[in-house]
Amino acid sequence: MSATQALRRTALYDEHVALGARLVPFGGFEMPVQYGGIIREHDAVRRRAGLFDLSHMAQFELRGSRVGEWADALTINAVSTMKPLQARYNIFCNPRGGSMDDVLFYRLPDRWLLVVNAANANKMWPYISSHAEPEVRLTNLHGQRALIAVQGPRAVEIVAPLSDLDVASMKYYFCAEGHIDGAAAIIARTGYTGEDGFELFLDGADAPRVWRKLLEAGAPHGLEPAGLGARDMLRLEAGMPLYGLELAEDISPPAGGQNWAVKMNKPQFVGKEALAEQLAADEYARIAGIEMEGRVPARGGYPVFLGSRRAGEVRSASVAPSLGNRNIGTVLVDKEAAAVGTKLDVEIRGARHSATVVALPFYRRPS
Amino acid sequence: MSQPQGLLYSKEHEWLKVDDGVGTVGITDYAQNSLGDIVYVELPRVGQQLAQHASVGVVESVKAVSDLFTPISGEVVEVNPALEGDPALVNRDAFGGGWLYKVKVKDPSETSSLLGPDAYEALVAEGAH
Repeated sequence: MSATQALRRTALYDEHVALGARLVPFGGFEMPVQYGGIIREHDAVRRRAGLFDLSHMAQFELRGSRVGEWADALTINAVSTMKPLQARYNIFCNPRGGSMDDVLFYRLPDRWLLVVNAANANKMWPYISSHAEPEVRLTNLHGQRALIAVQGPRAVEIVAPLSDLDVASMKYYFCAEGHIDGAAAIIARTGYTGEDGFELFLDGADAPRVWRKLLEAGAPHGLEPAGLGARDMLRLEAGMPLYGLELAEDISPPAGGQNWAVKMNKPQFVGKEALAEQLAADEYARIAGIEMEGRVPARGGYPVFLGSRRAGEVRSASVAPSLGNRNIGTVLVDKEAAAVGTKLDVEIRGARHSATVVALPFYRRPS
Repeated sequence: MSQPQGLLYSKEHEWLKVDDGVGTVGITDYAQNSLGDIVYVELPRVGQQLAQHASVGVVESVKAVSDLFTPISGEVVEVNPALEGDPALVNRDAFGGGWLYKVKVKDPSETSSLLGPDAYEALVAEGAH
């Protein structure tokens, strides 16, 4: 995006300003990166609850009798087998098997909701539109519809009294249509933090009132507004990929650690042949988790070595408050360097620092 | 907001307090607030000779790596031992317990190129726009 292109604002922009948020450009929108501090917000989500504005993410509505089959041909995971009110993670691949975007499908009684990354919205809308067929009608609601997430162990206690749905009984990766504080909403038990929680899809016009109500009702539970900085730290601890880092046009779903979502038993989908070759050869560079030995943090782009050989680079990195403030990260490295237990070196300002490949996720919530 | 009296300031947002020829150096409250949660501080070594305005270390926050410049020339005589285990001390007490290192000042006249509290406050106010 060029610097001169005007940044968009979500329906909650004024709320962020009033809360003293630090705003940064992200995915074409002016978004809160932090309010009270990234680590503080991270801790609120892990211990109590956090409130996120994710309205920058693009919401597309899909209608018609053939949406499931249509989407099955464009994505790696199974769509037509989704039950009503189910949510499912998925990835659109390019013909080379690279990842165009990682997304969520929500199946509603009379339509589907497709949520794509903000940074990819201007790529994905023309792409899916160009594949439209008479039985699949697409509506772009990006910027019009809002998305508020309540994430953390106290999320049920905060959302339940404000909703007419039995959200406590809602299963993980399911959703329902109902109301939140009187506003019509799709309420889904999904998230990107590794904690329990809900994502609330609602009209932008209702979003500021619902946001303020959630802040007020959540305050006694220790809920705090949380920005994109905390979200990135939380998702990395939880081992979830961020598009552009662990997945990209040249990083396939298997390379990005998302092989579980590839359904090779589907008759055909974009990228299937390339993925089949890649999986058979099993020689692709891949994402692995690392823990640094010392106190020096790794950063995206730092070179990674296996012995004297350059094996790849760091993609994401952060201090991990949920892991005793150890420095963690993901690396994109060749197969040999990606095995759990392998000792690697990360080059930081000209010096080598030891790291060990560990299994993902780094953090799993206590069940 | 005003800046603490009795300190000198650099345009790179370091502070310097000179007592009996020894200068204590830190980053300002404005700097720590701009950086956000500080997770690692790389300091010069005791005995190292520093040249005014040279890059002598780094401060890393959750989101960014920032160079640390020295506001004065001299030999490092002490580094803050508390920061290795608790770098966030710089966030909590930038002008006090979060000091970074001390130098034996080589040339006291160098302080003339630094800013007083009012001039630094004006610089910060300008940058905040």
